[in-house]
Amino acid sequence: MTLLGVEHLCVRFGGLTALEDVCLAVDEGEIVAVIGPNGAGKTTLFAAISGFSRPTAGRIRFAGRDVTGLPPHRLCAMGLVRTFQVTRPFADLTVRENIAVGVHLRHRSPRRARALAEGVAERVRLADRLDQPAAALTVAGRKRLELARALATEPRLLLLDEVLAGLNPAEVAEMEPVVRDIRASGVTILLVEHVLQAVMRLSDRVLVLVGGRLAATGTPAEIVRDPAVIEAYLGEGADRLVTAESPRARGA
Amino acid sequence: MNPAQGERAALVFLVLAAPLPWLVDSGTLVHFGIMVFQAATLGQAWNILGGMGGQFSFGHAAFFGAGAYTTAILQLRFGVDAWSGFFAAILAGAVVALVIGLASFRFGLRGSYFALVTLAFAEVLRILANTLEITGAGVGLLLPLAPGLERLQFADRRGYYLLALFLCAASLLVARAVAGSRLGARLVAVRENEEAASALGVDPFAVKMRAILLSGAMAASVGAFYVQYFLYLDPHIAFGPQVSVEALLGPIVGGPGTVAGPLAGAFLLQLLGEASRALAGGATGANLVVYGIVLILIVRFLPGGLAGLARARAERAGAGS
Amino acid sequence: MVDPSIVAASALHGLATGAVYALVALGLSLVYGVLHIVNFAHGSLLMLALYGVYFLHERLGLDPYLALPVLLPVAGLAGYALHRWVIAPAGGARDENVLLVTLGLALVLENLALVAFRSDTRTIETAYSFSMVALGPALLPLPKLVALLGSLVATLVLWAIVQKTDLGRAIRAVAREREAARLVGIDTRHAFALAFAIGTASSAVAACLLLPSYYVSPQVGHGFVLIAFTIVVLGGMGSFWGAFWGGLLIGVVESLGGLFLGESLGQIGIFAIFIAVLLFRPTGLLGRPL
Repeated sequence: MTLLGVEHLCVRFGGLTALEDVCLAVDEGEIVAVIGPNGAGKTTLFAAISGFSRPTAGRIRFAGRDVTGLPPHRLCAMGLVRTFQVTRPFADLTVRENIAVGVHLRHRSPRRARALAEGVAERVRLADRLDQPAAALTVAGRKRLELARALATEPRLLLLDEVLAGLNPAEVAEMEPVVRDIRASGVTILLVEHVLQAVMRLSDRVLVLVGGRLAATGTPAEIVRDPAVIEAYLGEGADRLVTAESPRARGA
Repeated sequence: MNPAQGERAALVFLVLAAPLPWLVDSGTLVHFGIMVFQAATLGQAWNILGGMGGQFSFGHAAFFGAGAYTTAILQLRFGVDAWSGFFAAILAGAVVALVIGLASFRFGLRGSYFALVTLAFAEVLRILANTLEITGAGVGLLLPLAPGLERLQFADRRGYYLLALFLCAASLLVARAVAGSRLGARLVAVRENEEAASALGVDPFAVKMRAILLSGAMAASVGAFYVQYFLYLDPHIAFGPQVSVEALLGPIVGGPGTVAGPLAGAFLLQLLGEASRALAGGATGANLVVYGIVLILIVRFLPGGLAGLARARAERAGAGS
Repeated sequence: MVDPSIVAASALHGLATGAVYALVALGLSLVYGVLHIVNFAHGSLLMLALYGVYFLHERLGLDPYLALPVLLPVAGLAGYALHRWVIAPAGGARDENVLLVTLGLALVLENLALVAFRSDTRTIETAYSFSMVALGPALLPLPKLVALLGSLVATLVLWAIVQKTDLGRAIRAVAREREAARLVGIDTRHAFALAFAIGTASSAVAACLLLPSYYVSPQVGHGFVLIAFTIVVLGGMGSFWGAFWGGLLIGVVESLGGLFLGESLGQIGIFAIFIAVLLFRPTGLLGRPL
C-alpha cells in the first residue's frame, strides 16, 4: 500500500526552480533513499514533504489523504515526522527531556513521557546518556538524539535527512542496524543520504535527484548500473559503488 | 541546589515570611515585603512567557496596566465591587494578551521583533490612557479610601502584605504546575528550537498563545493589587516602561525559566534598590541605575541568573563527592 | 475646514522634524544593518549628547552648532568603547542578550542623568531662537530650517562614509560576510565597534541640530528611540534610504496627525504604523539590506 505519494511537485524560490515535476511513491514498510549531488534539491524535497515549505505546485498525499500545505505539527500528529541534517537538539535540556518532547505528542502525562523516553533511547542506543545535557553529546550522539526524538512521536513514516553524514565509518556501521531495527518495528523510512555505500546496503529502492528532477529510480543494483545515473551523478566514483552490495543484490 | 529544591525553598520562604509582620513591628518591613511579592508575581508572569517560552516581552506593562485600569474604572465609574473588579482585571489581562498574542504570534514575530511589538502595544495603551476621559486622562484615577475586606482594602497594611504574599504564592504554584506539565515541556522546546519543536508535533502558535494568556492574566492581577494598595493610578504608573522593565528584571536576575527565579530576583533587586536609594540620599533613579548595572553584569557573567549559580555550585559539589 | 497654509506649514514643520528623526534612525539602522542588534540605548545616547550641547552652551557659551566639532569625536569614542567593552562581550550569541544589555545601558544612562540633572526640562536660548524664515506660504523657525538642511547634509555625509570610504567598505563587508571578512584580514570586532561609533556620532549631530528648537530632559530619549525604531522598521531594518524616507514620512505624519487629531493621538498614529508594518511587512516598505 502506498503510504506517501508525491505528485508533480514543483518548488520555486523567486525565479529559481529547486524542484521540477517530481513524482514519487513510498510503500508501507519500505526503506527508500533519495540521492543526488549537492544542490539537487534533496533538502528542498524534504522540507516540502514535511510541511516546512509550501510547494509552488503539485500534491502530497499521506496515508490516503491530501496533506499539501499542512504545517509540520499536523503532519507529525498524522504520523509523518522528519529529522534535520544539521541537528537541532534542545541544548538546555537533558537527553531524556529532549525525547520526552516527542513522546508528549501521544502521551499527556510528563511522568509517563519521561519513562517512555527510556525505551526510545534504548532503541537508538542512547540509554546510557539519558540524563546528560543534550549540549554535551558528540556529533554521533546528536544524530541519535534527532532519531530518538522523531521515533518518540510514534511515526508511520520517518524522513531522515542525512542521518549518517558526518559520522566516521565505525559510527556509520553502528547506525545501520539501528535504522534496520526501526523499519523492522513497522516504520517506513525515506532517507536523504550522502554516504552512498551505506545507502546501497540499507535501501530497497533508490531515487536519484539531479538538478531538481528525478533522473532515475530503481533498486540499488539497478541504479549503480544505470549509465544515465553514472553519467549525471556518480561520475568517476561509480566503480566503487558497483562493488557495493545491496540487500536485494545479496538476496538475489 | 537543583530546580526542585529551589521551588521548595521558595515556598518555605513564603510560609515563613507570612507571620513576620506580626513578630516584628516595622512598617518598613511590611512595605518592603509587599514590594517584593508584587515584583515577584509580575516577574513570574513574565517568566512563564519569557523565561520558559523564550518570548521576551518588553511590554508587560500592557497587561499590568490593563488590569489596574479595569478594576479602577469598574469601581469608580460603574460601582462594581472590588472583588469582581479584581477578577475582571485578570480577565482584561487575558484579553489584552489574546490581542497581542494573536497579532504577533500569528505572524511569526520572534526575538527582537516580538520585544518591539510588545513595547509598542504598551505605549499605545499609555497614550490612550493619557487621552481618554474614562481613564481620567493624564490626571489619573483616585479611588476613595474605604477599608474593609469586602472592598479589598485594609486599614492595617499587614492585610495587603498577606494579599500580596498570597498572589505571589499562587503565581509560584501556577508556574510550578506549568513547568511540570506537557505545556511546560513544549514551551521550553519552542524556546530552544521552534522548528525542531514543530517537527515533533508541537504547535508553536498554540503553545505561545497559552503562555501569553496565562502571563497576561497573572500580570493583570498585580496591576489590580497595585490599585487596591495605592488607590491611585495614572497612565505612566500603569503603562510606563518601568513596569515592563521590572517584569523582566527579576526573572533574568533570579534565573529565567526557573520557578524560584523571579522571587529570588525580586528579593535581591528590592534589597539593592533600597540600599542604593539610601546611599544616594533618596534620589529618584538611583535604584534604576543599580538595576541597569546588575542587568548588564548578569547577562555578561551569569546568564542563568542566581539559579544558574546555585545549579553550578551543586554540580561542582556533586562532582567533588 | 483647516486653512491650507496651516496644513502646508505643519507639513513643513513635520519635514524638518522628520529629517532629524531620519538622522537618529540612520544611526540605529546602521547598527542594526551591520551588527544585527537592536540598540535600546540609542535614545539615551542622544539624550547624553543633548546634555552635552546644553552644558557647552550654558557653561562655556558655545553655540549649539559650534558644539559639533567637540561632541562628534567624544560621541564616536564613547560609542566605540561602549560596543567594544560593554555590549559585545555581554551580548554573546543570543539576540535577546544584546537587547537586555542595551536595555540595561539605557537604564543606567537615563537614571544617572536623572540623579545628576533632576527631571527638569531644559531649553537654551540663542539670538536666533525665534527668528522666522518665510518659505512660500509658510513660516518656519530658523533653527528648524537649519535642522532640516543640516540633517540632509549629515545624511549625505553618512551615506558617503558608508559607500565611498575604505572604512565604509570594511563595515559593509563585515555586515555581509562576517567569516569572509575575517579571512581577508578585517578586524571584525574593530569594524563592529566602528559601526556603533558612527551610529552614536550621528546622534551627536542630531543633538546639535535639535537643541536650539527642542529641549532636553533625562527621558527625552524615550520618545526618540521608539520613533526611530518605527522608522527603521518602516524603512526596512538596515536599509539606508528606507530609514531616510521613513524618517521624513513619520515626521510629517506626526505633525499632521497632531494638527488633525491633537498631539497625543497623533502619536498613536506612529505606533499604529509601527505595529502594522511589523505585522504585515516586517521587511519594511523598502526592505533591502545595507
